[in-house]
Amino acid sequence: MQVKTRVETTINGEQVEFLCEPRQSLLECLRDIVGLTGTKEGCNDGNCGACTVMFDGRIVTSCLVLGVEANGREINTVEGVAEGSALHEIQKAFLQGAALQCGICTPGFIMAAKALLDQEPNPSEERIRFWLANNLCRCTGYDKIIRSVQDAAAKMQETNA
Amino acid sequence: MSTNGYEPNMVLSTKEFKVVGTRPVRHDGADKVTGRALYGADLQLVGLLQGAILRSPHAHARIKSIDTSKAEAFPGVKAVVVSTDLPDTGDEITDIGDGDTPLKYVRDNVLASDKVCYKGHAIAGVAAINGHIAQEAVALIEVEYEPLPAVLSAPAAMRDDAPILHEDLKTNELGEQTGKVSNVSRHFQFKLGDIEEGFAAADTIVEREFDTSTVHQGYIEPHNATVLWNNDDRIHIWCSTQGSFVVRDVTATVLGIPESRIRVTPMEIGGGFGGKIPVYLEPVAALLSKKTGKPVKIVMSRQEVFEGSGPTPGSHIKVKMGVTKEGKIVAAQASLEYEAGAYPGAMVTPGAMCVFAAYDIPNVVVDGYDVVVNKPSTAAYRAPGATNAAFATETVVDEITQTLGVDQVEFRLNNAAKEGTRRADGPKFRSIGCVDVLEAIKNHPHYNAPLEGPNRGRGVAIGFWFNVGLQSSCAINVNADGTLALVEGSTDIGGSRVSIAMQAAEVLGLRAEDVRPTVVDTDSVGYTDVTGGSRVTFCTGIAAIEAAEDVKQQMVTRAAKIWDVDADAVHFEDGTFRNGSNGSSNGDSAMSFKELAGKLGKTGGPIVGRATVQPKAVGGSFSGNIVDVEVDPETGKVTILRFTAVQDAGKAIHPSYVEGQMQGGSVQGIGWALNEEYYMSQDGVMANSSLLDYRMPTSLDLPMIDTVIVEVANPGHPFGARGVGEANIIPPPAAIANAIHAATGVRMSRLPMNPPALMEAIWAKERQ
Repeated sequence: MQVKTRVETTINGEQVEFLCEPRQSLLECLRDIVGLTGTKEGCNDGNCGACTVMFDGRIVTSCLVLGVEANGREINTVEGVAEGSALHEIQKAFLQGAALQCGICTPGFIMAAKALLDQEPNPSEERIRFWLANNLCRCTGYDKIIRSVQDAAAKMQETNA
Repeated sequence: MSTNGYEPNMVLSTKEFKVVGTRPVRHDGADKVTGRALYGADLQLVGLLQGAILRSPHAHARIKSIDTSKAEAFPGVKAVVVSTDLPDTGDEITDIGDGDTPLKYVRDNVLASDKVCYKGHAIAGVAAINGHIAQEAVALIEVEYEPLPAVLSAPAAMRDDAPILHEDLKTNELGEQTGKVSNVSRHFQFKLGDIEEGFAAADTIVEREFDTSTVHQGYIEPHNATVLWNNDDRIHIWCSTQGSFVVRDVTATVLGIPESRIRVTPMEIGGGFGGKIPVYLEPVAALLSKKTGKPVKIVMSRQEVFEGSGPTPGSHIKVKMGVTKEGKIVAAQASLEYEAGAYPGAMVTPGAMCVFAAYDIPNVVVDGYDVVVNKPSTAAYRAPGATNAAFATETVVDEITQTLGVDQVEFRLNNAAKEGTRRADGPKFRSIGCVDVLEAIKNHPHYNAPLEGPNRGRGVAIGFWFNVGLQSSCAINVNADGTLALVEGSTDIGGSRVSIAMQAAEVLGLRAEDVRPTVVDTDSVGYTDVTGGSRVTFCTGIAAIEAAEDVKQQMVTRAAKIWDVDADAVHFEDGTFRNGSNGSSNGDSAMSFKELAGKLGKTGGPIVGRATVQPKAVGGSFSGNIVDVEVDPETGKVTILRFTAVQDAGKAIHPSYVEGQMQGGSVQGIGWALNEEYYMSQDGVMANSSLLDYRMPTSLDLPMIDTVIVEVANPGHPFGARGVGEANIIPPPAAIANAIHAATGVRMSRLPMNPPALMEAIWAKERQ
């Protein structure tokens, strides 16, 4: 049995403490210890993007980060994207645009798309495709995802204008 | 949105509806964009143990002994199970959905007994207090193997000197048991007309051979199962599956218990495409739960998904077609040798049904071979078997049109299957959309746009999938506020809940938002077959329509009771019940659905509508692609410049999700065409079992996928829906191969057409 380490971190703006083994990934800690199962596991080796979260303002695949590395850091997950009961423009656009079918990749796409639009409010189609190339979707062929990110960008600019 | 001067997503509609054909937000959407939706791996239960599976390192070996003692003694391990923990099957034959199969094969694919037949074959299961310990314990199980030579392709496995996978597997030759032990489980034939006469009448004959690699469905969510074997010997399974009743029945069969003791709760499912029909983990988790008295969860790793679940068959295909100088196909012959993987059941029958189905050909012979090889036991993958076959047929058709010097779409139109055309496998087509799909291609701006620049080419191909009906059940509860709670048994992979709800809403004059659809467990709804065969919107849709009609009839009776008139006098239109005897809508002789729903408690009690259906009049779907590619002559890399998908969906219930199916299927077809394959060593070890090395298309690899929904109403569905999930994956590899030929002059006969394969072909042409 491995000795557990105490981790103090901030998740979606809330102070969170948990105990984890050194070998446990941040993904595993989020899902199995903290209970935030919105972040998904598709490959556990950094290639599908389903576990994408924000880590101190950078997008990371949480399966490639150790849980203990979260100590003192700020983590944002899909559960923190909506503000209270109000969906974020990206979430609304995904629903309106039918950008999900099975939905398992959706949390990762929303986190990645939000990171893009937070820093580049008006990306080109090519830029969106490049940015989202680390997130695999097997259902949609990406068309409606790309269009929904474009729609969300337009809406967010309207709101900010 | 359009960048090409036309609507990217066109719907060619035929009939007006109020709800059908609109694009409401899906009911499960909010949960899926906020992370609340619970998929199988998300389930947490008190006392939950984690399981792991020991898998074979060999592609083919006899198991001489298994020693689990070290694993069992490992701290934190609660139980270990092997195949002897399953009941002995003897010679029992079972039918778990695709024909008679020895039960031993089904059981051995869950846990191998005397031999392992592929690298990744499950041998033992471990339950422990966490997944890491379970994995460590798996490594402590000692298995003594006697390695055997592996055979990895259908042609190799069909040779007389090939290593034999199953000493008890005897070839069924054209319906007769031969008694001959071989790797060919079955050879069957479809015949139409006189093939000799047909070829004799042909002026041009083209005959080619093709190979396609093993590919995986590539769903992003790995297989998972959580099972509690309760103290009353009842079993509860939570899992990601395309068919909760199939999981129930197969698990019961493998465990040798009545299916009524098992309840399956289908969790949200993260993709399937056919690959989540088979049962792998549930019986193992059940045994582990029985031994420990606790719920056990097993989740596959991505490597296990590639190596231990069912990909789709690799194949070797010969196609020969004869045409007259007037451009009429008079004879066609095909031989389809499909790899079943470790156990019989390659999807070769549907391949044989579809190989020439797009054309009206008087003389046809199709031979199909179901061949076992040392690869994972194959599963369905979106129009299973048809994509391989169409790659061959549509490439030969392209070559014929160039030999004859005729337009490729006109040639296809002249030979297209129509209502009344007989398929080689027997059925005559009813109303179908083959001609309509070809006309839509011919008239599409993409087909008529100039394509300029070096190393660029345009290709076209079409495909057919028959779709299935099977069985579905549905129940509708009327709420007092005039909304409906709809329960169904079709696990929802691609947004089907909304299209089912819309069909019920259409019948009762409600909005889609007024119907709350829920996919429930196997104890809570009537038997419902798998989500597969493009059948859910069609068949479960009919169940929803009939359940809504049942609600309507009961509501009419209730209105008649309130008005004290005969039920015949009450009419229902646009969501309002009217007393038709005076034909007016004034006063108490008209009541909205909502008003009446509020009075149920005081007029006789609740109303539940119900329906179970088994529709026979299934409508097949045709699809077609126009694709422009650019080939880099230095590297062999193919770039998709523009892609248009056309499909006859029948009436599109929710056009956004119809387009989504077409776009998703197209992109899977693009991946199959250009990148994807199981890269196997000679020993049968998959060298690329990660999502880095098994390279599926990313957003950066693709353009937008333009769609045209052709709506040729299916006479077998009240609103004309056909089912749209599968036919879209069939044409892309052939269309891309034809585009590559147009760009380079090179004719590709192997999938995938990746850079090394394309460069070899380009160099070979240059050497000529």
